[in-house]
Amino acid sequence: MNLTLKVWRQKNDKSTGQFVTIQAKDIADDMSFLEMLDIVNDDLTRKGEDPIYFDHDCREGICGMCSLVINGRPHGPNQGTTTCQLHMRSFHDGQTIVIEPWRAAAFPVLKDLAVDRTSFERIQQAGGYVNVNTGGVPDANAIAIPKVIADEAFESATCIGCGACVAACKNASAMLFVSAKISQFALLPQGQTERYERAQAMVDQMDAEGFGNCTNTGACEAECPVGIKMTNIARMNREYLSAKILSQRDIHA
Amino acid sequence: MSSKSKPLFSSSLGKKLIMSLTGLFLCSFLVIHLIGNLQLFQNDEGYAFNNYAHFMTNFAPIKVVSYLLYASIIIHAVYALILTAKNKAARPIGYNQTAGNANSKWNSRNMGILGTIILVFLATHMQHFWFQYKFGTTPYVEYNTEIATGNRQIIASEELPSNYDGYKIFSNNGVETIQTKDLYKQVAVTFQNPLIVLLYLVAMAALSFHLIHGFQSAFQTIGFNHKRYIGFVKSVGIWVFGVIIPIAFAAMPLYFFFKGL
Amino acid sequence: MLDSKVPAGPLAEKWSKHKFNMKLVNPANKRKFTIIVVGTGLAGASAAASLAELGYNVKTFCYQDSPRRAHSIAAQGGINAAKNYQNDGDSVFRLFYDTIKGGDYRAREANVHRLAENSVNIIDQCVAQGVPFAREYGGLLDNRSFGGSQVSRTFYARGQTGQQLLLGAYSALNRQIHKGKVKSYTRHEMLDLVKIDGHARGIVTRDLVTGKIETHEGHAVLLCTGGYGNVFFLSTNAMGCNVTASWRAHKRGAFFANPCYTQIHPTCIPVTGDHQSKLTLMSESLRNDGRVWVPKTKELAEKLRKGELKAADIKEDDRDYFLERKYPSFGNLVPRDVASRNAKEMVDDGRGVGKTGFAVFLDFQDAINRMGEDTVRAKYGNLFDMYHKITDENPYKQPMRIYPAVHYTMGGVWVDYNLMTTVPGLYCLGEANFSDHGANRLGASALMQGLSDGYFVIPYTVGDYLANLGSFAPVDKNHPAFEQTRKDVEEHVNKLLSLRGTKTVDDIHKELGHIMWEYCGMARTAEGLTKAKGLIQDLKKEFWSNANVLGENEEMNMSLEKAGRVADFLELGELMVDDALNRSESCGGHFRLESQTEEGEAKRNDEEFAYVAAWEYKGEGQPEVLHKEELVFENVKLTQRSYK
Repeated sequence: MNLTLKVWRQKNDKSTGQFVTIQAKDIADDMSFLEMLDIVNDDLTRKGEDPIYFDHDCREGICGMCSLVINGRPHGPNQGTTTCQLHMRSFHDGQTIVIEPWRAAAFPVLKDLAVDRTSFERIQQAGGYVNVNTGGVPDANAIAIPKVIADEAFESATCIGCGACVAACKNASAMLFVSAKISQFALLPQGQTERYERAQAMVDQMDAEGFGNCTNTGACEAECPVGIKMTNIARMNREYLSAKILSQRDIHA
Repeated sequence: MSSKSKPLFSSSLGKKLIMSLTGLFLCSFLVIHLIGNLQLFQNDEGYAFNNYAHFMTNFAPIKVVSYLLYASIIIHAVYALILTAKNKAARPIGYNQTAGNANSKWNSRNMGILGTIILVFLATHMQHFWFQYKFGTTPYVEYNTEIATGNRQIIASEELPSNYDGYKIFSNNGVETIQTKDLYKQVAVTFQNPLIVLLYLVAMAALSFHLIHGFQSAFQTIGFNHKRYIGFVKSVGIWVFGVIIPIAFAAMPLYFFFKGL
Repeated sequence: MLDSKVPAGPLAEKWSKHKFNMKLVNPANKRKFTIIVVGTGLAGASAAASLAELGYNVKTFCYQDSPRRAHSIAAQGGINAAKNYQNDGDSVFRLFYDTIKGGDYRAREANVHRLAENSVNIIDQCVAQGVPFAREYGGLLDNRSFGGSQVSRTFYARGQTGQQLLLGAYSALNRQIHKGKVKSYTRHEMLDLVKIDGHARGIVTRDLVTGKIETHEGHAVLLCTGGYGNVFFLSTNAMGCNVTASWRAHKRGAFFANPCYTQIHPTCIPVTGDHQSKLTLMSESLRNDGRVWVPKTKELAEKLRKGELKAADIKEDDRDYFLERKYPSFGNLVPRDVASRNAKEMVDDGRGVGKTGFAVFLDFQDAINRMGEDTVRAKYGNLFDMYHKITDENPYKQPMRIYPAVHYTMGGVWVDYNLMTTVPGLYCLGEANFSDHGANRLGASALMQGLSDGYFVIPYTVGDYLANLGSFAPVDKNHPAFEQTRKDVEEHVNKLLSLRGTKTVDDIHKELGHIMWEYCGMARTAEGLTKAKGLIQDLKKEFWSNANVLGENEEMNMSLEKAGRVADFLELGELMVDDALNRSESCGGHFRLESQTEEGEAKRNDEEFAYVAAWEYKGEGQPEVLHKEELVFENVKLTQRSYK
């Protein structure tokens, strides 16, 4: 099939970008969306033009590197898939496809379709861990964790950190991403000792990065390629508010 | 991780908490307001309704609550503005293509517009009734009820003496006399204007959509979301606050409009 | 002869004794040292976090936008540990034994035993970090069995064990970044190693966003950069996986060991056409219930390829369940290399299926009939969904098509028992080194090795090296070696950017992939390898004369990134072929057609080849020199593998 692409092109983080129309010719059904872009880039390169820069790596839906808002939807029209798992059979001959980068103040565009997601890194660094050193830990079976709790924590922990939640949210809110990590540790016994400090530290950092506020539209959950649920956000709210209102831990001297 | 953290209300979650709590408080008010106003449908020429109106505007604890209510409306609106400004700033460059309906409901994305409609409505609503009742030209009415039989005689404002003033209640010869402002009549007259009726209908539609999202959203914000009860919360949001309350409120202008035809 | 520095003494005591004998760095002095960690996968992230916890200053580098994107994240199956939680007779020695045997007796005994010892600590560590492993209803950890062992010792987190382990290590790393002990450089690619007086003292990197070529100094450099499977162009590796860091270190003096040992995984989704960019693996657990077959005749296969027949139209009598036929006792559960090789044989015989003919069937019809569709769904649902998503075929209704794909490279930078390369101060961890898997890696062992190296080996062995330096002075960043190496890199980059030919870098990479797959893939011959060597040399010439590298250095430049990596793959490819030529025996993932048993199975030659082949770079255009490290087996008896 042949397609018309309207692609956001931007030289670097300092320049302003614009949409450029590019034709994609002889695209096969069983190509992935990124393979379609590979072919377009191959054409551009042969013509001596700068290929379209986009982030990608594992191409099997787990690394979280690929992004792209495709016809207004992060990771394209299919639910539960990343862009690299999206195949061209979801499009039809002659279709116009608009491809844009994630849009958020906290995700500045680096080039073309690639954005800087280090704001996510800083949120994780603020508290997305259990304070244990290597060695000197108890036997793995010393703590029994109910299966339902372990499974629920696992569901939260499967977040791939791609940023589709931010891209989908009309407020560019990162609460689904942040809440997934807070949830994982709020559920597990290993995370208990610092659960309130963690919630506060991560929320503070999230705010400092300039993400928007959640208005519970559910767009994040609908677009999340790995199915992270909004119950995580509720849990984060609970953790944070409990921390602030009920459990502020200060030593009263 | 340190335990030093920003104050609650300077955080996004703290501001959302304010939205949630004021919103839920306003929801609870709607229930009370509706129950009281249902007395408009009583076929008693406003006897019950006008007494209720007097009680609501003069009983001290209710007054305190009413100021809380006004404060809630203002805080809810102001914080909505603050949060919206932050949200807009979080995405300075928008998308060329959006497909919002594919991942969320229209009303959930347009709470600001819906809220603005409701706010405009509230201003006119207060002007029509609260302002007129307190400071304006609301007419008077006198109810003379025979306590033994319940028979009631009504004297409309034009027949009352001009020095008539304030709310009075007294009994004489087995007849209970109540003199009061006739808010009921104010209502009946106001809703003769089809434009005002239309405004009320639009506002109630907006209220419906606002609350279908807002009610359950408030619970989500304070952290109540569990599959064991979230279905119940959502049903209450949709049926009570999205259907019953707006329809019941909308029925009032329609009732008086058609009654007056 | 290379000195592996394996300590003396009984096998089970070597590591404990060695830990005691190694020198320590006083806590107050640790902060005077800086350690550079390149790559942030399981090995890199765990090493960086552990070293920072000890007090060293650490700098980490990765080419992705976050350490969490490293390809360890894609590992599905699980991680082995000799916990014996199942009371089924597992032990450290049994894990050691299975790994040595699975590696076809081409790994170093002492390293493998240490790996098995550390395996139990890894699980404890990960659980303490909050890694949500699968659990039983009683709340304790669940295990499953995996290929190549008779006990259930594999810990897992659904089909995403690698992800959960990496996120665990990443969280430990984040904690140290937050504390300021680790400085994380993302979107940075290491392009060279800086040596001062023969010791590794820094690296040169390119900032992939600005193009800035920078030098970084440190007292030790750790390469944790993963495998080189992308030399085949198509593999299950991530698109960015590359050999550049290891290869540039190799050119600076680090020997490269056993490059021909590559693992080809049998259950991958087949290639659909030339546009294909990567291959997707499906867990080999599928072979527990799926039956592998092709039609008995070429004619039927031809009709299937043309779409004139469907799989269901082929009668039972016309099907060849070739694994069950050839290996009646193991059937469809033969090891990875055997299953892969047999699939290739069928395809070479003209009996491959699917549009391209490069596939065999993996059929679940019997399993569905036996257990019911729901049970099959419960066991393999996510894999079936993945297959459905990619191929648009419903595997509940028609058999899956599978074909082998390059998956893991056992070869890598040569390291001694301390994980130090032949360059003092330069270490290599995880898949990037050659050390623990011999000629073939068992399932669920890669994660184990990466974390063992990072959490429990390197924190001790780096300390020993630093303590022996005899000085706490910072590395002199004005030493001329830094400027010189930076210039070398700039020259290399400029040379690449001057290429304005007619072929894209991908064209050449694909051609290299074809050569490697054809002649240095699942079955190798002296004749084919010799031919491949010539082809690669020609291709290398073509690259340096006719490749097209666009743009400039001072920008995000995809062409340039790829070109640098492919230039190194071309050189590595030639070395792989040399190594495969040299090793005229068959062992593990390396199958030489000349060396087969009478039944057509891999035949080792322990007399001549029980050694590690470590290659030394001698300069541009010079043949590499082979160094041998004799493999001594004192604790296991060498036997020929048989799965009949």
